[in-house]
Amino acid sequence: MSTVLATSAGSGTAYEPPPEPVAGGRRRRWLPYALLLPGFAWLGLFFAAPMVSLFTTSLYDPSGSEETGYQLTWAFGNYWDALDLYHEQFLRSLLYAFIATVACLILGYPLAYAIAVKGGRWKNLMLVGVIAPFFTSFLVRTLAWKTILSDHWIVVGGLKRVFALGDDFHLINTEFSVIAGLTYNFLPFMVLPLYASLEKLDPRLLEAANDLYATPWRTFRQVTLPLSLPGVVSGTLMTFIPAAGDYINAELLGNPKTTMIGNVVQSRFLTIHDYPLAAALSFVLMAGILIMVLIYVRRAGTDEVV
Amino acid sequence: MRRVGRFLARYWVMAVGLAVLAYMAAPVVVVLLLSFNQPANRSTTFLLDDGIHWTLNNWTDICGGSETICPALSTSIQVGLISTLIATVLGTLIAFALVRHRFFGRGASNVLIFLPMATPEIVMGSSLLALFVSAGVPTGFGTIVIAHVMFCISFVVVTVKARLAGMDPRLQEAAMDLYATPFATFRQVTLPLVMPGIVAAALLSFSLSFDDYIITTFNSGNVVTFPLFVWGANQRGIPPQVNAIASAMFLIAFVFVAIGQIRNARRARRAATS
Amino acid sequence: MTVPTQPTGGHAGDLELSAVTKRFGAFTAVDQLSLTVPEGSFFALLGASGCGKTTTLRMVAGLEEPTAGTVVLGGRDITRVRPYARPVNTVFQSYALFPHMTIAENVGFGLKQKRVGRKEIADRVREMLALVELTGFDHRRPAQLSGGQQQRVALARALINRPQVLLLDEPLGALDLKLRRQMQIELKRIQTEVGITFVHVTHDQEEAMTMADTVAVMNAGRIEQLGAPTEIYEFPTTAFVANFLGQSNLLTASVTGANGGDVLVEAYGKRFAVPAGRCRVSDGSAYLGVRPEKLHVAVDSATVPGSHIHVPGEITDSSYVGVSTQYLVRAPWGEELSVFAPNSGTEGPLQPGAHVSLHWHPSHSFLLARDNEVAEPVLEAA
Repeated sequence: MSTVLATSAGSGTAYEPPPEPVAGGRRRRWLPYALLLPGFAWLGLFFAAPMVSLFTTSLYDPSGSEETGYQLTWAFGNYWDALDLYHEQFLRSLLYAFIATVACLILGYPLAYAIAVKGGRWKNLMLVGVIAPFFTSFLVRTLAWKTILSDHWIVVGGLKRVFALGDDFHLINTEFSVIAGLTYNFLPFMVLPLYASLEKLDPRLLEAANDLYATPWRTFRQVTLPLSLPGVVSGTLMTFIPAAGDYINAELLGNPKTTMIGNVVQSRFLTIHDYPLAAALSFVLMAGILIMVLIYVRRAGTDEVV
Repeated sequence: MRRVGRFLARYWVMAVGLAVLAYMAAPVVVVLLLSFNQPANRSTTFLLDDGIHWTLNNWTDICGGSETICPALSTSIQVGLISTLIATVLGTLIAFALVRHRFFGRGASNVLIFLPMATPEIVMGSSLLALFVSAGVPTGFGTIVIAHVMFCISFVVVTVKARLAGMDPRLQEAAMDLYATPFATFRQVTLPLVMPGIVAAALLSFSLSFDDYIITTFNSGNVVTFPLFVWGANQRGIPPQVNAIASAMFLIAFVFVAIGQIRNARRARRAATS
Repeated sequence: MTVPTQPTGGHAGDLELSAVTKRFGAFTAVDQLSLTVPEGSFFALLGASGCGKTTTLRMVAGLEEPTAGTVVLGGRDITRVRPYARPVNTVFQSYALFPHMTIAENVGFGLKQKRVGRKEIADRVREMLALVELTGFDHRRPAQLSGGQQQRVALARALINRPQVLLLDEPLGALDLKLRRQMQIELKRIQTEVGITFVHVTHDQEEAMTMADTVAVMNAGRIEQLGAPTEIYEFPTTAFVANFLGQSNLLTASVTGANGGDVLVEAYGKRFAVPAGRCRVSDGSAYLGVRPEKLHVAVDSATVPGSHIHVPGEITDSSYVGVSTQYLVRAPWGEELSVFAPNSGTEGPLQPGAHVSLHWHPSHSFLLARDNEVAEPVLEAA
């Protein structure tokens, strides 16, 4: 969220660092390193080192346990086991995340466009509307979907009446509710980057396009969309990555058949204490995300004008 | 009918936008409603199937639902404050280095800052646990703070960086030209101007820390934060006070944001009228 | 405040740059530049963007450190002195007013750093705001002021410290033409009033000439010519200067000899005599220069005064600009010369196609060195 807020805040003029350090700092080449040191030490110790540690763990002898201790046996078989046992959950995670990301894009784009281009004096109020839900505990908000989608409440009741659906129609604890929950939870991460890039759009460009006899649709396809592409890319990444690793929505709004890879990692780690397999699963997830992101970024990068 | 058609053609984007906003607001509204509801039992805290049974009990007896609900809340606030303080200081220093200096490794540093934001929380949480387990560090309050600072730093850096990057470096030059030493320049010019960015970063850190479940669950040991409490209670039945607490958090934050917006608007108006 | 002093040279408070060089990587922004700014003078550094004038100014301010050379102010070497320890203040191009402070706080900033008492700061701020005609603006914020007002605040903020040298980095660049002219007069008035040395960087030749006692024309990190505005305009040293300050007609010529007090040159088969005092060269290749307003147009060659040099020509273009009419006149050798004829009412504007005589007084021409590499003089460098 903040990347986005950040970019929109600085959308005016960005001042690149001077070719030479600003006067005063000129004789202190060590200064930037000193500034970086504490934060990077923290990230190195508690982000980078754990990654290495997790990787080592993923290669431990799977027959070890906390009591007997673990041995680094370069057991690449853990990865095979992880894929063999959980490829279903793994593919499901990527699929759910993909659908949720597309849904976020479809819902988020009109909202971001409405705020940035049509918002006028309501712009700030609408932005608050996007950010405000963040301040209610997200677990509680996700649980609230249980109320909304419950079998006997107005939403499902209304749908049943309008479409004359049978008693076996449910929304809660289905794939639909899990994906709807993911979409809901990560929608702001899509809207804010989109807003930031649409807000920078020069309205004169749209006028120029209209002036050159482009229909509104062509103006959108040929001017607005390509120019907002950076926002689309960062929005999809900020939605897809956390959605693929999420397990809260599957746990609270799903059923045993909607289990995602996150649920498996969590239970392997915290309930079963099968650390080697859980670590291997984490890296399989990372690799899966990385591959999808690379394919996506490459496509978005080369075919900029769709 | 044609008028309606034309109206829709003109305003459909706004209409869709507002519908999406309503979708985003729906759970918050439901939580507010639930906070005034007396559920039949704890397994129906998140159900409104037979209408609302109005009550103020959840608000008047906000700690009453469970012996651990308010201690969990207080733990979350403590973790949030400490992590925010550390992450804001460390992240701000990094932002200064990245924006105000050119040095060997600047590009790589930017990538390193981006990585934690692009890593699924479950991987960060589990890897940190793997480290603590292999290093024999017992998990608890301290490890929660360590984890929270870790994932908040990047968000602080990008927020402060944006503010700094939008700041004219000539202002610092002007201060130095007017006899301000580097320290005086920092205190009287740079810091006040970057402050809104730092405050925004701190608020963001606090809300991220306060609301984190996934990473915390890996590194909490026996300590229970508010999200952990909600999760745990969900298995046994959630006390309805949870909705009152969530609503209160929302209302407090909303008031803060609204005050900020009003102040900005007033400042803009004052600047425009003179 | 000190009594205004005229530039005399060798004064105790002079600003001296000796062989100052500044390189950014492989790019040399300022190259072996030496100059002396007399105490109390209004000195203009004039040049196109990228000529090194702002870098020179920043080295005086201490915001850049010279790669080589020294900056001496009032006999003290300040080359390596930090900006905040120099008795020099700057008015920045973008003003760089502190947006989070009021106008009074902005103006009082320097005095506050010097730990001047609260009362004295308040008094001097009031005095200063009166000088720049902004009394009553104390509690406003910079964003609430117009461009011209902000510019005056920036000036007040620098002047209040009574620096030995005030540096102005294109301070009028962001103002519209009318306000610019007004501020030029203002600045000149204030400089005379306070008597502080002003070093003014600008790319606007008119601005430099109307305000400064001494102008240094810079090009590619070097000073092309330094002198009083009239001297630079009337008798430029190089083709660059001749075309950077106003326009010049430069005829490709070569020196053929001397005759008494005159240097004889030949251009396009025609012979001209130029007074030796108007010559920068005495042999070899040269440019024969005449300013467009020094050229006269005669319909009847019989009316040309005997002392004048004259060449025939045909008018190819005529544009009426109010105070004068600008003609392009094609000389027999094909080159078009530019002529500004005042609209004094004696002759109506001439039409293209008219055959005329161009004539000028020999002492209105000047002779410059011509390097063979520089084939074409720079036109409209500003």
